[in-house]
Amino acid sequence: MTDTTASASHFQADHAHDHQHEADHKPAFFARWFMSTNHKDIGTLYLIFAIIAGIIGGAISGLMRAELAEPGIQYLEAWSGQTGDASLHFWNVLITAHGLIMVFFMVMPAMIGGFGNWFVPIMIGAPDMAFPRMNNISFWLIVPAFALLLGSAFAGGAGTGWTVYAPLSTYGEPGPSVDMAILALHLAGASSILGAINFITTIFNMRAPGMTLHKMPLFAWSVLITAFLLLLALPVLAAAITMLLTDRNFGTTFFDPSGGGDPILYQHLFWFFGHPEVYIMILPGFGIVSHIISTFSKKPIFGYLGMAYAMVAIGVVGFIVWAHHMFTTGLDVNTKMYFTAATMVIAVPTGIKIFSWIATMWGGSLSFKTPMMWAIGFIFMFTVGGVTGVVLANGGVDNYMHDTYYVVAHFHYVLSLGAVFSLFAGFYYWFAKMWGRQYNEVLGQIHFWAFFVGVNVLFFPMHFLGLDGMPRRIPDYPDAFREYNHLATIGYMIMAASMVVFFVNVFWSLFAGKKVGNSPWGDGATTLEWTLSSPPPFHQFETLPRID
Amino acid sequence: MSALAQKNRRVGLIALLVALAMVGLGYASVPIYRMFCQATGFGGTTQKALGAEAPGAVGKIINVRFDANVAPALPWEFTPEQRVERVAVGAREMAFFNAKNVGDHTITGTATFNVTPEQSGKYFTKIQCFCFTNQTLKPGESIRMPVVFYVDPKLIDDPDANDISEITLSYTFFPVDSAKSGG
Repeated sequence: MTDTTASASHFQADHAHDHQHEADHKPAFFARWFMSTNHKDIGTLYLIFAIIAGIIGGAISGLMRAELAEPGIQYLEAWSGQTGDASLHFWNVLITAHGLIMVFFMVMPAMIGGFGNWFVPIMIGAPDMAFPRMNNISFWLIVPAFALLLGSAFAGGAGTGWTVYAPLSTYGEPGPSVDMAILALHLAGASSILGAINFITTIFNMRAPGMTLHKMPLFAWSVLITAFLLLLALPVLAAAITMLLTDRNFGTTFFDPSGGGDPILYQHLFWFFGHPEVYIMILPGFGIVSHIISTFSKKPIFGYLGMAYAMVAIGVVGFIVWAHHMFTTGLDVNTKMYFTAATMVIAVPTGIKIFSWIATMWGGSLSFKTPMMWAIGFIFMFTVGGVTGVVLANGGVDNYMHDTYYVVAHFHYVLSLGAVFSLFAGFYYWFAKMWGRQYNEVLGQIHFWAFFVGVNVLFFPMHFLGLDGMPRRIPDYPDAFREYNHLATIGYMIMAASMVVFFVNVFWSLFAGKKVGNSPWGDGATTLEWTLSSPPPFHQFETLPRID
Repeated sequence: MSALAQKNRRVGLIALLVALAMVGLGYASVPIYRMFCQATGFGGTTQKALGAEAPGAVGKIINVRFDANVAPALPWEFTPEQRVERVAVGAREMAFFNAKNVGDHTITGTATFNVTPEQSGKYFTKIQCFCFTNQTLKPGESIRMPVVFYVDPKLIDDPDANDISEITLSYTFFPVDSAKSGG
């Protein structure tokens, strides 16, 4: 804020030239990328990190689909170098790594660390995050966390599932692997808590003059609510997994019945975190999709306040439904009834959001560019996953469905298809804004359609497998399940091929994409990032924008 | 420090305190959960009324089954004297369990317990039980252990529990590990 002579008219005249003389004075490579305190650079680091983690996590699911393509054990023994039952442990390692990587090292860093860091400060008209140096710490905590998790594979591998249930995680799996995985979760958790504190402070204190909470863009709203969920849920996970660590290593018996503990308590603690966690992964996606639907319908979002408070409602109710993950642990009928009813209540605010997106498109001047396709794909997929979620919410029905592929299909429709579709939507939507060059539309459309077909062929048959009783987390199955499993593996290959198109598009566009001006999407894009140059200046809003 | 930096520091610290409070709540859930189970009979936690008088039989008869288990690490034999007993609701009843140390050294064990169906935990009241204390057995020594209990007649008035015709009382003996007695 050195140039106090810059007037408001100066600010409005031209952003691109306004800052060139000193604001775009970028540090040298090492200082810029390893000691970064700039929210856009940290956002870029998070996005790169999430893409790398996504490739690893996605490759692991490829291994699993290869093994599951046929009944019997095909590859596990060769991959693990062990025979018989010992090789089955490797399967558990794969499912655990896939789950943890996708949740903690792909979706969360991309949604919150990546897009949140990049666009929340810009959207609320702030020059940067409230605590830029803490932002840097957040990113550099998640890197060693990921290294610890990957490193645990070399110490035998943690095969506890992403839920790390006791007693398997306490005395079922000795050796350093599970300890390393737990410490990885500690670091990733600390990183996210620091990030959450940063977002809350930034959004509360650093909104531009005139930017009231009720004028704030929905993506900023979604990140604010997500930050609160992180702040309230993650410490409980940290406490629970710390108890696991002391049970494992220091002789405490928090979850050990022989010392008066109760393994079910771990499940309560885990899901008190775990259920808000699924909203942590999807809420920023809701925000992204809202902007895209509005932009490509050339209409303001339908029911803005309803959209914002629907997210608040989802966040609040998300904290009091956790035991619907535990219907088979012996809850009594009244408890099951409560958790069934409370879970179904979530369908109401979620329905408000779905219908408001459709109402935004209704009568709009629609253009089906790649980001819009992903956003509409998101609505479709998320609705399918939401419907199966209402089925699973029934305590009675869940006795039958629990731990079957139906559950796997459900949460992949809301996450792998819901959250990931919104990530791709955001990536294409902001691609030109972030890098200054537009992606290739044809490749983007090919990527979308191939991915859409691929993941549906991959995950839809899992509903049938689950209804027929195929349990999850197994590498082998009866011959009767062969056809659908084979089909799912073909779906994986279609999806994987579409990702090749995606990476070709990204690298080609970064170097040879068409250069764009401030607002390539035209009049429909109304948030503040479109008033800045593409890419935005290294430091934006030296003079704060004013919102009427 | 600028005014904004000061404001940021305040909000940031409050948020940090909230996070720390949630860690505290995570740990506090351990005793809270135990108290909750004891108060409500949640998860088949039985009630404890040391030295109390049974309220007296009210007419309804149910079966009580006895189940005895030993943790793999404990070289004991542990069996109920009777597998099943006809019990009048409200009446004071007594059952015996036998334990024998078949290992080659003296071991102290402790028993955990619960009942199913779980909604009967609220009404299954123990007046006296070997599970309230540790049991120490020398090699080859055996012991006959009583449990005195009654089934609370309020069970009959509970719409969720009044159709119960059989309650299973299950014990599992674990070795007492001196290093693990802290938790």
